[in-house]
Amino acid sequence: MSTEIFPAGRPADRLRDGDRPEPQQPSNAARKVGGVAGWIDDRTGAAKGVNYLLRKVFPDHWSFMLGEIAMYSLIICLLSGALLTLWFVPSAGHIVYDGSYVPLRGQGMSEAYASTLDISFDIRGGLLVRQIHHWAALMFIVGLTVHMFRVFFTGAFRKPREINWVIGTVLALLAIIEGFAGYSLPDDLLSGTGLRAMEGFVQTAPVIGSYLAYGIFGGPFPGEAIIPRLFSAHVLLIPALLVGLFTAHIVLVAVQKHTQFPGPGRTNDNVVGYRVMPVYAAKAGGFFFIVFGIIAAISALVTINPIWAYGPYDPSPVTAGSQPDWYMGFADGALRLLPGWLEFHILGFTLSLNIALGALVLLPLVYTVLGVYPFVEKWVTGDTREHHLLDRPRNNPTRTGIGMAGIVAYSVFMFAAGNDIMAIKLGLSINDITWFLRIGLFVLPPLAFWVTKRICLSLQRRDRDLALHARESGRIIRGADGSFHERHDALTERERWILVQHEPVAPLELMPSVDENGVARPATRKERLRAKLSHFYFKDAVNPVTPAELAAAHHDGHRAEAIEAAQTPFDYEGVEGSHEGHRGDGHGADTDAGLESDVDARGVGSSSPIRE
Amino acid sequence: MNEQDSHPTGSSEVTPTGEFGSGAVRLDQGHVVGDGGIPERFQNPGFAPHIHRGADIDHAAAKRAERTVGGLFLLSILGTLGFIVAYFAIDPEATIFVPGIGQNKALHIALGVTMALSLLGIGFGAVQWAKTLMPDEEEVEMRHTMRSGPEARADFVSILDDGAESSHLKRRPLLKYTLGGALGLFAVPVVLPVLGGLGPMPGDDLSVSYWNGPKEEDGTYANTPLRLMRDPQNTPIKASDVTIGSVFHVMPDGLLDLEEHLLEAKAKAAVLLMRLDPDIITSQKEKDWGYEGIVAYSKICTHVGCPVGLYEQQTHHLLCPCHQSTFDVTQDCKVIFGPAKRPLPQLPITVDDEGYLISKGPFKEAVGPSFWERGSV
Repeated sequence: MSTEIFPAGRPADRLRDGDRPEPQQPSNAARKVGGVAGWIDDRTGAAKGVNYLLRKVFPDHWSFMLGEIAMYSLIICLLSGALLTLWFVPSAGHIVYDGSYVPLRGQGMSEAYASTLDISFDIRGGLLVRQIHHWAALMFIVGLTVHMFRVFFTGAFRKPREINWVIGTVLALLAIIEGFAGYSLPDDLLSGTGLRAMEGFVQTAPVIGSYLAYGIFGGPFPGEAIIPRLFSAHVLLIPALLVGLFTAHIVLVAVQKHTQFPGPGRTNDNVVGYRVMPVYAAKAGGFFFIVFGIIAAISALVTINPIWAYGPYDPSPVTAGSQPDWYMGFADGALRLLPGWLEFHILGFTLSLNIALGALVLLPLVYTVLGVYPFVEKWVTGDTREHHLLDRPRNNPTRTGIGMAGIVAYSVFMFAAGNDIMAIKLGLSINDITWFLRIGLFVLPPLAFWVTKRICLSLQRRDRDLALHARESGRIIRGADGSFHERHDALTERERWILVQHEPVAPLELMPSVDENGVARPATRKERLRAKLSHFYFKDAVNPVTPAELAAAHHDGHRAEAIEAAQTPFDYEGVEGSHEGHRGDGHGADTDAGLESDVDARGVGSSSPIRE
Repeated sequence: MNEQDSHPTGSSEVTPTGEFGSGAVRLDQGHVVGDGGIPERFQNPGFAPHIHRGADIDHAAAKRAERTVGGLFLLSILGTLGFIVAYFAIDPEATIFVPGIGQNKALHIALGVTMALSLLGIGFGAVQWAKTLMPDEEEVEMRHTMRSGPEARADFVSILDDGAESSHLKRRPLLKYTLGGALGLFAVPVVLPVLGGLGPMPGDDLSVSYWNGPKEEDGTYANTPLRLMRDPQNTPIKASDVTIGSVFHVMPDGLLDLEEHLLEAKAKAAVLLMRLDPDIITSQKEKDWGYEGIVAYSKICTHVGCPVGLYEQQTHHLLCPCHQSTFDVTQDCKVIFGPAKRPLPQLPITVDDEGYLISKGPFKEAVGPSFWERGSV
C-alpha cells in the first residue's frame, strides 16, 4: 500500500508530522488489559486464533449488510426473548383477570394471555420489550429473506458455498416455524384462530392426520398442552437449532472468506476490504446498535400485535380480516387459492388435498427447491471451480429470471393471503381477486422470467455498447473534409473492466453421435437433458467485449479518429502507478480434472501486473 | 478463435455456426467454449489510486469528524439518562397524542424513543468514526482453495482404513452387524415414550360433539334432545324470538356451565341459528331438519376449522373470515366459493312443549376440518 503520506500508518499521524516520536510506553490501562489477556492466553493459547480473526479482511458492499440485519435481529430476539420469559407464564390454565387493563377485568382467560397482558400493562417497559421482540422477529425474517435474494442473484451459493446455502435455507425454514410458535404463545383470539387452522392442517395429513393432531395437542383441540409445548419449542428447541446453525453459517463465512463483487484489483484469488480491527469492529458493531435503535424506535411508535384488543381465545368467536404474520402469508394464501374440488372421498376415506397441498406440502417443497438449486445449476453448467467473485445479476440472465419467477410466485401466494383486505380496500370482488391470483399463479411467474431475462440481456448489450463505443459526449466535431462526427468520451480502463470482466459462456453441446472413427456414440438420456438445460441457460448469452473486438471497433472507419483522439485502446497495463509486483501469487482456484485442459481456470489476476 | 463477430454495431452473441458438432464441448469440460482456445480476455487493471479523505489531509476536517463522533456518543448518553428519568418519572397510565400515530401510552413512547436515541447514538457514532478517521485504504488477503492437499486427503483415507483394520472391524463381521443393529435400535427407548405420551388416541372423538350427550358405558351416546342456548348469555331461545333475518350464536344446554374442557366442547359444538323465509330454501332436507324456516348449522368451517363468523343477511351467505369459503344457507350451506369442499353440517332442530328450540339429535357427521377416516365413523 502506498505509505508515502503516512509513515506511521494511521491517517491522523500525519498531522503530527515533525513531532518527535516518543518511545511507545503502554498506558496503565493497556498494561492491565494485557495482563488479563496474558492470563487467558497462558491457559488457552487463544492469542494466535484471535489475532487471525482480528486481522481478517472483509469486503465492503451495502448488500453485505442484509445478512447482518438478520444476524443482529436474531440477537435482539434472543435478548428480548430472555427478558420476556421472566414474566410470561406458558400455561393454558384458567384464571380470572384482575390486572390493570379495565376492559378485560373479571374475564376468564388462560394464564398465558393474562401474563401477556401483565407484560403489556403492569410491568414498566414490558410493552416495549414485547414490541421489540415482535418487531425484531419480523425484521429477522425480512433480513434473511432479502439476504437470500442477494446470495441467489449474485451466485454466491456456488462452490464452495453450497453447504452454507443449504444451512441458510434450513435457517429460513426454522425462522418461520419459530415465528409461528412465538406469536401463538399469548393465546389471544387471533393467535388461537391461527392454531385452530394449524390443527386443521395437521388433521388433513393422509391416514395419520387425526392421530398426529391428537399427539400434537395432547387430545382434542385446543387442550391445555399446546401452549407449554409451543413454549418449549419456541424458547429451547428451535432457538438451539437456530443458534447452532447460525454459528456454523458464520464460521463457514470466516473459513471460506467472504465473496466480493468484481472490480479493479479484485480477483477470484484475493479478498479486498478492511480488517476487522479496527474498521469492521466499528462498522459492524455500530451497525448492531443502529439496527437495534431502529427496531426500538419502530417499537415505540408503531404498535404491533395489540393482543388486548383481540381478547382471550375462544373457539367460537372470530374477527374479520384474520391474518397471520407476513412470513406465513404465502402458505395461508395458497390455502385460499386451492379449489375445494381437490378434496376426494375414496372408499369411505377423505383425502383433503385442497388443504394438504397448501399447508403440508408447499412449505417443505419451497425450501427443498431452494436448497437444491445450487446443485442443479452446477450440474447444468458442469462448473466445478470455486467462485469467490460474485456475478452481476445481469450477467446470468437465466438465473436472474428464475429467481424473479420464484419471487413472483411467492408474491402471488402472499397477496392471496390478503385477498379479503384487498377486496375491502380496493372495492373489488373477492371472487375476482381470487380468480385473478389463481390464474396469475400460472401466468405471472413465466412472464416475470421472460421480462427479467430480456431486461438482463438488454443491460448486457448496453454494457457491450458502452465498452466498445464509450459515452456519447454530445460534442460534434467537424472534420477537415467537412464531415461531422460526434466525439465519444473514453472510459477509463477501470470503468471498462466492470463491463468486460465476466466470463464468456456458451451452451454445452452434445458430441457428434458418431466419433472420428465412425463408431456410434449415442448420447445418454442424461446427457441430452443436460445439453438441453444448458441450452436453456446459455443459448442467448451475450458475451463480454474482447480486446480484439474493441480494437476492431476503434479501427472501424467512421469516427475512428475522434475515438482514438480520446484514448489509446490497448494501454491496459496500468496507467499510473508503478509495476513493482504481482498482487496475485499465481495460486489458482480449484481446477478439477477435465477443466484444466483448455480453460484458464484461474480467472484473472495471476498474470496481470497490479499496482502494489 | 470463437465465432465472436467483430463488427462494432451488429449482433454480439455467440452464434452457433458451422456443422453440427463443430463447436462441440465435452460435457465434462464446463461451460467454457472448448473448441481449442478461449477468447482473448481483458486483464484486470488493478486498484485505482487511493484518494484521501478530508480528515486524512486536513487537520480541521479531522477535528470536525472527532467532534461529530463525540457528539453522537454524547447523544447516546443523553438518551440513556432520558430513559432512566422517563422510567421513574412518567405515570404508566398517562397517554399522549403523537401526530400520525394517535393516542398512545406516554411511558411506552418515552422509553422507546430514549432507548432508540441511546442505541442510535452509539451506532452512528461508531460508523462515522470508522468512515472518517479509521484507515480507509483497502487491504488484500489471499484466498486459498478450500480442499486440503492430496497428502492430507490420502492420509485421511489411510487413517480411517487403519482404524477399521486395527479395530478388527473388517475381519469380524459379527461386530459390524451387531453394532449396526444396536445403534439402529437405541433411539427406540428414547422416542417410544415420547410418541406414546404425546396424547390419547382420537377414537371417535372428532366425530361426536356435545350435542351427542354423554358417552355411555358401552361406548354409545344418549343423543337426548338438548335446548339451544344463546352464547354467551346461556338462555334458551323461543322459536317466536327468532325473526326472519336474525342470527344467533348457539351452544347446547349445559355446555357453558362446564367447569372443565369448556373450550374443547365449544370447538365442536358451536352452532349458528338463522331464520329464512321457508320459500327461498331450496333443499327439502334443510327444511325438514329446520323448524319453520329456522335452521341451525355448525359454526365450524369444513375447511380448517375457523368459526364461520360472517352472515350476510341479504344474500344468505355465510363467509369464513380465515380463507373466505362461502356457504349458501338457502342451499343447505353448500360451498359456493372458496377452498372448502363440504357443506356445513346441519343440526336437526324442533321445539319443545314450552316453545323453546331443541335439537332433534346430534350432527349426523363430523364437524370441522376433514380427516382421513371421517367418513368411516
